[in-house]
Amino acid sequence: MAFKRPDGRKITEMRPAEAKVGVVPNADGSAMFKSGKTIAIAAVYGPKKMHPQHQQNPRTGQLRCEYNMISFSVDDRIRPGRNRRAMEISEVTKWALEPVVDLKDYPNQVVDVHINIIQADAGTRCAGINAAAMALAHAGIPMKNMVSSISIGKLDKTLVVDLTKEEEDFEEGEGPTDIPVSITSDGKITHMQLDGMIEVKQLQESIDMAKEACKEVYKIQKDALKKFIEDKSEGLN
Amino acid sequence: MDKIRTTPSTTADRIKQYMKKEGKRFDGRGLEEFRELTIEKDVSIKAEGSVRVNLGKTEVIVGVKMALSEPYADSPNKGNLMVTAELLPLSSPRYESGPPRIDAIEWARVTDRGIRESGFVDFDKLCVVPGKKVWTVFVDIYSINDDGNLMDAATIGAIAAMKIAKIPKYDEENDKVLYDQPTKNGLPLTSHVPVAISVHKIGKSLIVDPTREEEDVSETRLTIGSSKGTISSLQKSNSRAFEIDEIKNAFEIAAKASEVVDKMIEKALK
Repeated sequence: MAFKRPDGRKITEMRPAEAKVGVVPNADGSAMFKSGKTIAIAAVYGPKKMHPQHQQNPRTGQLRCEYNMISFSVDDRIRPGRNRRAMEISEVTKWALEPVVDLKDYPNQVVDVHINIIQADAGTRCAGINAAAMALAHAGIPMKNMVSSISIGKLDKTLVVDLTKEEEDFEEGEGPTDIPVSITSDGKITHMQLDGMIEVKQLQESIDMAKEACKEVYKIQKDALKKFIEDKSEGLN
Repeated sequence: MDKIRTTPSTTADRIKQYMKKEGKRFDGRGLEEFRELTIEKDVSIKAEGSVRVNLGKTEVIVGVKMALSEPYADSPNKGNLMVTAELLPLSSPRYESGPPRIDAIEWARVTDRGIRESGFVDFDKLCVVPGKKVWTVFVDIYSINDDGNLMDAATIGAIAAMKIAKIPKYDEENDKVLYDQPTKNGLPLTSHVPVAISVHKIGKSLIVDPTREEEDVSETRLTIGSSKGTISSLQKSNSRAFEIDEIKNAFEIAAKASEVVDKMIEKALK
């Protein structure tokens, strides 16, 4: 029996996604990534001198990430300011991106990545990572690869790609399991989390699903970056 | 890639000279002229009303959220308003993460005062059960790109978001607000639209709607909240002084500019 998703998507089908580069003119690099009703924007500033000074590393530059949800991005207003969830996601985001960023030529410097979620319908950390990776590329930060992120879900016994909030709140059978995964464009996993319950075999399957979905995300990211370059060179003619 | 964080004094001198001699600004605008204003509606469907405001390259997003709570003891039959504003580190290399600094606090408080004191909101009509349940209206403002005059852009955004906001349905039986079911009712607003105009002093000139560069060069600022000629809030900023004649002149400049901005908002919301 085929599993029916509330919005009628196939189990391996992502939500309609959109990406755009250059959304914050002040920033050295910036991007927007939209997946269904989830919208993330990211801005990159740097490389610049690391402050506070005691955090400087003379061997390499460093990446710093900040994830923040706008107060009106969800139904129940979030009080502005830092909270523990945002701080953890900030760190996880840094771990997801750090392996592809090469800052060894920027000793004592820092690259700041600021991610803001404007509208949330699940998968905000994935959208944030996708926007951040594009913003880093747009800023011209040396990168070995792109990072693409997607959340795989298990609803009762079925694996599906890219959960919505409605699906995250699914309560039948074994309930929902949420597995956000970030994969580099050469197929390495730099971020993986899980909330829920799942067997080894199915978890292995979920990684294969994430790999396929991340290829689609990568294409959307790459196309948006290319489009930005094309639009820019057109403006010069 | 380190950005210059302030405008160099040579540029400041050039700006002053040009204003004095030509009566114009580097971008060709007259001294009392605003940049182009665009307002995009519904930037977050999760808000009761939300907008993106672009004033030239300056961009803010503003959202209205509502929640039911107990009234304050001294106003048992009135709803509440809370305006917050955050200078996002995303919006400029000048802003850093961490607790809000004084510039962010001033920004939020001046905006809040402008809206509150104008009588724009009819707080009596935000009462649901007298003495027990009233609406609190949260107006949250975020900077997305700072190219000067975030102060006036914030109020423009707040006015627009409040004008398009729809009160969510209240399920009395289960005492729950159904955020995904907006009613047809907008916020109880009056005709006292609280437009804020900041007048900046640069050399001998008074200007409105400064770019970031002009704001850096500005010696002092007066933010005037008014509605159709009636002034309801003021903030003179920083430790440099205005001459008496200058400040009298600033009131008139603001009165003219607020009429223009009021119309610009109307037009942008159509």
